[in-house]
Amino acid sequence: MKLLTANFLSCAVKACKSSPLSFPLHFKDAELASKSVPYNPILLSNLLPRLDWPALVTSSSELGFTLPQQKPEITPFTPTSSEDGDAVMSGAGEEDEKTLRMLHKVLMETEVVEGKMVCGSCGFEYGIHQTVANFLLPSHLV
Amino acid sequence: MSRPEDNLPPDLYYNDTESLKYTTSSRVQAIQATMTNRALELLSLTTPSLILDIGCGSGLSGEILSESDPPHTWIGMDISSSMLAVALDREVDGDLLLGDMGQGLPFRAGSFDAAISISAIQWLCNEDEKGVDPKTRLSRFFDSLYASLKRDGKAVCQFYPRDDKQRDMICSAAIKAGFGAGLLEDDPETKNKKLYLVLTVGGEGNR
Ligand SMILES: [Zn+2]
Repeated sequence: MKLLTANFLSCAVKACKSSPLSFPLHFKDAELASKSVPYNPILLSNLLPRLDWPALVTSSSELGFTLPQQKPEITPFTPTSSEDGDAVMSGAGEEDEKTLRMLHKVLMETEVVEGKMVCGSCGFEYGIHQTVANFLLPSHLV
Repeated sequence: MSRPEDNLPPDLYYNDTESLKYTTSSRVQAIQATMTNRALELLSLTTPSLILDIGCGSGLSGEILSESDPPHTWIGMDISSSMLAVALDREVDGDLLLGDMGQGLPFRAGSFDAAISISAIQWLCNEDEKGVDPKTRLSRFFDSLYASLKRDGKAVCQFYPRDDKQRDMICSAAIKAGFGAGLLEDDPETKNKKLYLVLTVGGEGNR
Protein backbone atom coordinates (compact mmCIF):
# COMPACT_ATOMS: atom_id res chain seq x y z
CA MET A 1 0.00 0.00 0.00
CA LYS A 2 1.46 3.24 -1.17
CA LEU A 3 0.55 6.60 0.31
CA LEU A 4 -0.65 7.59 -3.14
CA THR A 5 -3.29 4.85 -3.07
CA ALA A 6 -4.17 5.49 0.56
CA ASN A 7 -4.98 9.09 -0.36
CA PHE A 8 -7.75 7.86 -2.65
CA LEU A 9 -9.17 5.01 -0.59
CA SER A 10 -12.11 5.36 1.73
CA CYS A 11 -14.02 2.80 3.76
CA ALA A 12 -16.09 0.54 1.52
CA VAL A 13 -18.63 -0.37 4.18
CA LYS A 14 -22.06 0.76 3.05
CA ALA A 15 -22.93 2.60 6.25
CA CYS A 16 -19.72 4.65 5.98
CA LYS A 17 -20.22 6.09 2.50
CA SER A 18 -21.61 9.36 3.81
CA SER A 19 -19.42 9.63 6.90
CA PRO A 20 -16.55 12.15 6.77
CA LEU A 21 -14.73 9.94 9.29
CA SER A 22 -14.34 7.14 6.74
CA PHE A 23 -11.50 9.01 5.01
CA PRO A 24 -8.61 8.72 5.31
CA LEU A 25 -8.26 5.22 6.70
CA HIS A 26 -5.81 5.15 9.58
CA PHE A 27 -2.63 3.12 9.51
CA LYS A 28 -1.95 0.78 12.41
CA ASP A 29 1.02 -1.50 13.12
CA ALA A 30 2.59 -0.51 9.82
CA GLU A 31 5.89 -1.90 8.62
CA LEU A 32 7.43 0.30 5.97
CA ALA A 33 9.65 -0.34 3.02
CA SER A 34 10.97 1.78 0.22
CA LYS A 35 10.60 0.71 -3.39
CA SER A 36 12.28 2.42 -6.28
CA VAL A 37 9.86 3.60 -8.97
CA PRO A 38 10.61 5.71 -12.07
CA TYR A 39 10.30 9.44 -11.35
CA ASN A 40 7.40 10.94 -13.23
CA PRO A 41 7.23 14.68 -12.47
CA ILE A 42 4.44 15.43 -14.93
CA LEU A 43 2.24 12.83 -13.32
CA LEU A 44 2.99 14.25 -9.88
CA SER A 45 2.08 17.75 -10.92
CA ASN A 46 -1.14 16.39 -12.46
CA LEU A 47 -1.93 14.62 -9.19
CA LEU A 48 -1.17 17.48 -6.84
CA PRO A 49 -4.51 19.31 -7.27
CA ARG A 50 -6.53 16.20 -6.43
CA LEU A 51 -4.49 15.10 -3.43
CA ASP A 52 -6.24 15.55 -0.13
CA TRP A 53 -3.39 17.24 1.66
CA PRO A 54 -4.70 17.11 5.25
CA ALA A 55 -5.31 13.38 4.76
CA LEU A 56 -1.77 12.92 3.46
CA VAL A 57 -0.37 14.81 6.46
CA THR A 58 -2.38 12.52 8.76
CA SER A 59 -1.29 9.32 7.00
CA SER A 60 2.33 10.43 7.00
CA SER A 61 2.34 11.23 10.70
CA GLU A 62 0.84 7.80 11.40
CA LEU A 63 3.83 6.34 9.60
CA GLY A 64 6.28 8.48 11.52
CA PHE A 65 7.22 11.33 9.23
CA THR A 66 6.21 14.95 8.98
CA LEU A 67 4.96 16.85 5.95
CA PRO A 68 4.35 20.60 5.70
CA GLN A 69 0.85 21.54 6.90
CA GLN A 70 0.14 23.45 3.70
CA LYS A 71 -0.15 21.83 0.33
CA PRO A 72 2.95 22.89 -1.61
CA GLU A 73 2.42 24.84 -4.78
CA ILE A 74 4.31 24.32 -7.95
CA THR A 75 4.40 26.39 -11.08
CA PRO A 76 2.22 24.76 -13.69
CA PHE A 77 4.27 23.83 -16.68
CA THR A 78 3.59 22.53 -20.12
CA PRO A 79 5.60 19.56 -21.25
CA THR A 80 7.91 20.48 -24.07
CA SER A 81 7.88 16.94 -25.30
CA SER A 82 6.06 13.85 -24.10
CA GLU A 83 8.96 11.67 -25.10
CA ASP A 84 11.75 12.71 -22.81
CA GLY A 85 10.17 12.18 -19.36
CA ASP A 86 12.76 13.47 -16.89
CA ALA A 87 14.22 16.08 -19.18
CA VAL A 88 10.92 17.91 -19.35
CA MET A 89 11.33 19.13 -15.79
CA SER A 90 14.74 20.63 -16.32
CA GLY A 91 13.14 23.99 -16.93
CA ALA A 92 11.29 23.92 -13.59
CA GLY A 93 12.58 25.94 -10.67
CA GLU A 94 14.76 24.39 -8.01
CA GLU A 95 12.01 24.69 -5.40
CA ASP A 96 9.52 22.90 -7.64
CA GLU A 97 12.01 20.17 -8.32
CA LYS A 98 12.57 19.71 -4.58
CA THR A 99 8.82 19.55 -3.96
CA LEU A 100 8.26 17.01 -6.72
CA ARG A 101 11.11 14.81 -5.49
CA MET A 102 9.63 14.92 -2.02
CA LEU A 103 6.20 13.99 -3.34
CA HIS A 104 7.71 11.17 -5.37
CA LYS A 105 9.40 9.73 -2.31
CA VAL A 106 6.31 10.01 -0.12
CA LEU A 107 3.57 9.02 -2.56
CA MET A 108 5.26 6.57 -4.90
CA GLU A 109 8.20 5.01 -3.10
CA THR A 110 7.00 4.60 0.47
CA GLU A 111 5.12 1.35 0.95
CA VAL A 112 3.32 -0.23 3.86
CA VAL A 113 4.31 -3.87 3.61
CA GLU A 114 2.42 -5.25 6.58
CA GLY A 115 -0.16 -3.66 8.82
CA LYS A 116 -3.75 -2.46 8.86
CA MET A 117 -5.89 0.42 7.73
CA VAL A 118 -8.67 1.22 10.14
CA CYS A 119 -11.88 3.13 9.41
CA GLY A 120 -12.43 6.05 11.75
CA SER A 121 -16.17 5.67 11.40
CA CYS A 122 -17.00 1.97 11.77
CA GLY A 123 -13.69 0.60 13.02
CA PHE A 124 -13.39 -1.98 10.25
CA GLU A 125 -9.79 -3.10 9.80
CA TYR A 126 -8.42 -3.67 6.31
CA GLY A 127 -5.39 -5.92 6.55
CA ILE A 128 -2.25 -5.25 4.54
CA HIS A 129 -0.12 -8.24 3.72
CA GLN A 130 2.95 -8.18 1.47
CA THR A 131 1.93 -4.64 0.42
CA VAL A 132 -1.54 -5.80 -0.74
CA ALA A 133 -4.51 -4.36 1.15
CA ASN A 134 -7.51 -6.62 1.46
CA PHE A 135 -10.73 -4.80 0.58
CA LEU A 136 -12.94 -7.87 0.37
CA LEU A 137 -15.85 -7.17 2.68
CA PRO A 138 -18.05 -9.64 4.50
CA SER A 139 -21.29 -9.50 2.51
CA HIS A 140 -23.41 -8.02 5.33
CA LEU A 141 -21.27 -4.85 5.21
CA VAL A 142 -21.47 -4.28 1.44
CA MET B 1 -15.07 -23.47 -26.07
CA SER B 2 -15.43 -23.62 -22.30
CA ARG B 3 -15.68 -20.37 -20.43
CA PRO B 4 -13.99 -20.14 -17.03
CA GLU B 5 -16.87 -17.90 -15.92
CA ASP B 6 -19.23 -20.85 -16.21
CA ASN B 7 -17.34 -23.05 -13.80
CA LEU B 8 -16.07 -21.43 -10.63
CA PRO B 9 -15.94 -17.96 -9.06
CA PRO B 10 -12.80 -16.06 -10.15
CA ASP B 11 -11.04 -16.21 -6.79
CA LEU B 12 -11.33 -19.98 -6.86
CA TYR B 13 -10.78 -20.45 -10.58
CA TYR B 14 -7.55 -18.46 -10.59
CA ASN B 15 -5.78 -20.46 -7.91
CA ASP B 16 -1.99 -20.64 -7.73
CA THR B 17 -1.66 -23.15 -10.55
CA GLU B 18 -4.10 -21.47 -12.92
CA SER B 19 -2.66 -18.02 -12.17
CA LEU B 20 0.83 -19.05 -13.10
CA LYS B 21 -0.34 -20.98 -16.14
CA TYR B 22 -2.32 -17.97 -17.32
CA THR B 23 0.49 -15.50 -16.77
CA THR B 24 3.25 -17.51 -18.40
CA SER B 25 1.29 -18.59 -21.47
CA SER B 26 2.78 -16.69 -24.39
CA ARG B 27 -0.52 -16.86 -26.22
CA VAL B 28 -2.34 -15.21 -23.30
CA GLN B 29 0.44 -12.63 -22.97
CA ALA B 30 0.20 -11.68 -26.63
CA ILE B 31 -3.59 -11.37 -26.59
CA GLN B 32 -3.53 -9.37 -23.36
CA ALA B 33 -0.90 -7.03 -24.77
CA THR B 34 -2.90 -6.44 -27.95
CA MET B 35 -6.05 -5.70 -26.01
CA THR B 36 -4.31 -3.45 -23.49
CA ASN B 37 -2.67 -1.45 -26.24
CA ARG B 38 -5.99 -1.11 -27.97
CA ALA B 39 -7.64 0.04 -24.73
CA LEU B 40 -4.88 2.61 -24.24
CA GLU B 41 -5.35 3.85 -27.76
CA LEU B 42 -9.06 4.26 -27.11
CA LEU B 43 -8.35 6.20 -23.92
CA SER B 44 -6.11 8.55 -25.93
CA LEU B 45 -4.28 9.92 -22.91
CA THR B 46 -1.76 12.56 -23.91
CA THR B 47 -0.22 13.13 -20.50
CA PRO B 48 0.98 10.76 -17.74
CA SER B 49 -2.16 9.69 -15.91
CA LEU B 50 -3.39 7.80 -12.87
CA ILE B 51 -5.19 4.70 -14.12
CA LEU B 52 -7.27 2.13 -12.30
CA ASP B 53 -6.81 -1.41 -13.64
CA ILE B 54 -9.88 -3.43 -12.73
CA GLY B 55 -9.20 -7.14 -12.63
CA CYS B 56 -5.49 -6.43 -12.98
CA GLY B 57 -4.59 -10.09 -12.42
CA SER B 58 -0.87 -10.70 -12.53
CA GLY B 59 -0.14 -7.24 -13.92
CA LEU B 60 0.21 -8.10 -17.63
CA SER B 61 -1.81 -5.07 -18.63
CA GLY B 62 -0.34 -2.88 -15.91
CA GLU B 63 3.17 -3.38 -17.20
CA ILE B 64 2.08 -1.98 -20.53
CA LEU B 65 0.63 1.07 -18.79
CA SER B 66 3.92 1.64 -16.94
CA GLU B 67 5.97 1.34 -20.10
CA SER B 68 3.75 3.23 -22.48
CA ASP B 69 4.52 6.64 -23.88
CA PRO B 70 3.70 8.72 -21.91
CA PRO B 71 4.26 6.42 -18.91
CA HIS B 72 1.26 6.04 -16.59
CA THR B 73 0.87 5.15 -12.96
CA TRP B 74 -1.68 2.50 -12.10
CA ILE B 75 -3.49 0.97 -9.17
CA GLY B 76 -4.71 -2.57 -9.73
CA MET B 77 -7.52 -4.45 -8.10
CA ASP B 78 -8.26 -8.15 -8.38
CA ILE B 79 -10.30 -10.73 -6.52
CA SER B 80 -7.72 -13.49 -6.89
CA SER B 81 -4.94 -13.41 -4.30
CA SER B 82 -3.06 -16.00 -6.37
CA MET B 83 -3.02 -13.67 -9.37
CA LEU B 84 -1.83 -10.79 -7.17
CA ALA B 85 0.91 -13.01 -5.73
CA VAL B 86 2.19 -13.59 -9.27
CA ALA B 87 2.07 -9.83 -9.86
CA LEU B 88 4.17 -9.27 -6.72
CA ASP B 89 6.69 -11.85 -7.89
CA ARG B 90 6.94 -10.05 -11.20
CA GLU B 91 7.64 -6.79 -9.33
CA VAL B 92 5.15 -4.66 -11.19
CA ASP B 93 5.19 -0.90 -10.54
CA GLY B 94 1.47 -0.58 -9.76
CA ASP B 95 0.01 -0.72 -6.28
CA LEU B 96 -2.23 -3.76 -5.74
CA LEU B 97 -5.50 -4.27 -3.90
CA LEU B 98 -7.46 -7.41 -3.20
CA GLY B 99 -11.10 -6.64 -3.83
CA ASP B 100 -14.33 -7.64 -5.53
CA MET B 101 -15.51 -5.11 -8.13
CA GLY B 102 -19.04 -6.46 -7.60
CA GLN B 103 -18.95 -5.02 -4.09
CA GLY B 104 -18.19 -1.57 -5.50
CA LEU B 105 -14.86 0.26 -5.76
CA PRO B 106 -13.55 1.80 -2.52
CA PHE B 107 -12.22 5.06 -3.94
CA ARG B 108 -13.18 8.63 -3.22
CA ALA B 109 -14.79 10.72 -5.94
CA GLY B 110 -12.66 11.96 -8.81
CA SER B 111 -9.60 9.83 -8.03
CA PHE B 112 -8.64 8.56 -11.48
CA ASP B 113 -7.97 10.03 -14.90
CA ALA B 114 -8.97 6.76 -16.50
CA ALA B 115 -9.69 3.09 -15.94
CA ILE B 116 -9.09 -0.04 -17.93
CA SER B 117 -10.32 -3.56 -17.53
CA ILE B 118 -9.15 -6.46 -19.66
CA SER B 119 -11.20 -9.68 -19.78
CA ALA B 120 -12.78 -9.18 -16.37
CA ILE B 121 -16.20 -7.55 -16.22
CA GLN B 122 -18.11 -10.53 -17.60
CA TRP B 123 -17.43 -12.11 -14.21
CA LEU B 124 -19.93 -9.63 -12.77
CA CYS B 125 -22.65 -11.57 -14.51
CA ASN B 126 -22.15 -14.48 -12.12
CA GLU B 127 -23.97 -14.52 -8.83
CA ASP B 128 -21.53 -14.28 -5.97
CA GLU B 129 -21.34 -17.04 -3.38
CA LYS B 130 -23.87 -15.25 -1.20
CA GLY B 131 -26.35 -15.28 -4.06
CA VAL B 132 -26.11 -11.56 -4.83
CA ASP B 133 -27.57 -11.18 -8.30
CA PRO B 134 -25.66 -9.86 -11.35
CA LYS B 135 -27.82 -6.73 -11.66
CA THR B 136 -26.90 -5.60 -8.17
CA ARG B 137 -23.23 -6.39 -8.68
CA LEU B 138 -23.17 -4.59 -12.05
CA SER B 139 -24.76 -1.47 -10.67
CA ARG B 140 -22.47 -1.36 -7.64
CA PHE B 141 -19.52 -1.66 -9.98
CA PHE B 142 -20.53 0.91 -12.58
CA ASP B 143 -21.90 3.41 -10.04
CA SER B 144 -18.66 3.35 -8.07
CA LEU B 145 -16.54 3.44 -11.22
CA TYR B 146 -18.40 6.49 -12.44
CA ALA B 147 -17.82 8.26 -9.14
CA SER B 148 -14.14 7.36 -8.90
CA LEU B 149 -13.29 8.87 -12.29
CA LYS B 150 -12.53 12.52 -12.81
CA ARG B 151 -14.95 14.62 -14.77
CA ASP B 152 -14.09 14.03 -18.47
CA GLY B 153 -12.52 10.73 -17.34
CA LYS B 154 -12.74 7.65 -19.51
CA ALA B 155 -12.83 3.90 -19.04
CA VAL B 156 -12.31 1.10 -21.54
CA CYS B 157 -13.41 -2.41 -20.62
CA GLN B 158 -12.62 -5.30 -22.94
CA PHE B 159 -14.89 -8.18 -22.05
CA TYR B 160 -16.22 -11.54 -23.15
CA PRO B 161 -19.99 -11.64 -22.84
CA ARG B 162 -21.55 -15.08 -23.00
CA ASP B 163 -24.21 -13.86 -25.42
CA ASP B 164 -26.00 -10.75 -26.66
CA LYS B 165 -28.24 -10.69 -23.63
CA GLN B 166 -25.28 -10.52 -21.29
CA ARG B 167 -23.62 -7.87 -23.43
CA ASP B 168 -26.75 -5.73 -23.30
CA MET B 169 -27.15 -6.21 -19.57
CA ILE B 170 -23.61 -4.92 -19.02
CA CYS B 171 -24.07 -1.95 -21.35
CA SER B 172 -27.33 -0.86 -19.84
CA ALA B 173 -25.88 -1.03 -16.32
CA ALA B 174 -23.09 1.31 -17.45
CA ILE B 175 -25.53 3.75 -19.05
CA LYS B 176 -27.74 3.67 -15.97
CA ALA B 177 -24.74 4.69 -13.88
CA GLY B 178 -24.47 7.84 -16.00
CA PHE B 179 -21.78 6.91 -18.49
CA GLY B 180 -21.80 7.78 -22.13
CA ALA B 181 -21.22 4.33 -23.59
CA GLY B 182 -20.09 2.95 -26.91
CA LEU B 183 -19.33 -0.58 -28.03
CA LEU B 184 -16.52 -1.36 -30.37
CA GLU B 185 -15.75 -4.70 -31.94
CA ASP B 186 -12.37 -5.70 -33.36
CA ASP B 187 -12.02 -8.66 -35.71
CA PRO B 188 -15.79 -9.17 -35.92
CA GLU B 189 -17.12 -12.43 -37.35
CA THR B 190 -13.94 -14.26 -36.33
CA LYS B 191 -13.29 -16.42 -33.33
CA ASN B 192 -10.82 -13.78 -32.16
CA LYS B 193 -13.41 -11.03 -32.03
CA LYS B 194 -12.86 -8.60 -29.20
CA LEU B 195 -15.43 -6.36 -27.66
CA TYR B 196 -14.62 -3.05 -25.97
CA LEU B 197 -16.98 -1.00 -23.88
CA VAL B 198 -15.85 2.61 -24.11
CA LEU B 199 -17.20 4.75 -21.29
CA THR B 200 -17.05 8.49 -20.81
CA VAL B 201 -17.96 10.59 -17.82
CA GLY B 202 -20.13 13.55 -18.62
CA GLY B 203 -19.90 12.95 -22.34
CA GLU B 204 -21.96 11.65 -25.19
CA GLY B 205 -21.77 8.06 -26.31
CA ASN B 206 -20.23 7.25 -29.66
CA ARG B 207 -22.26 4.19 -30.42
ZN1 LIG C 1 -16.09 2.24 7.82
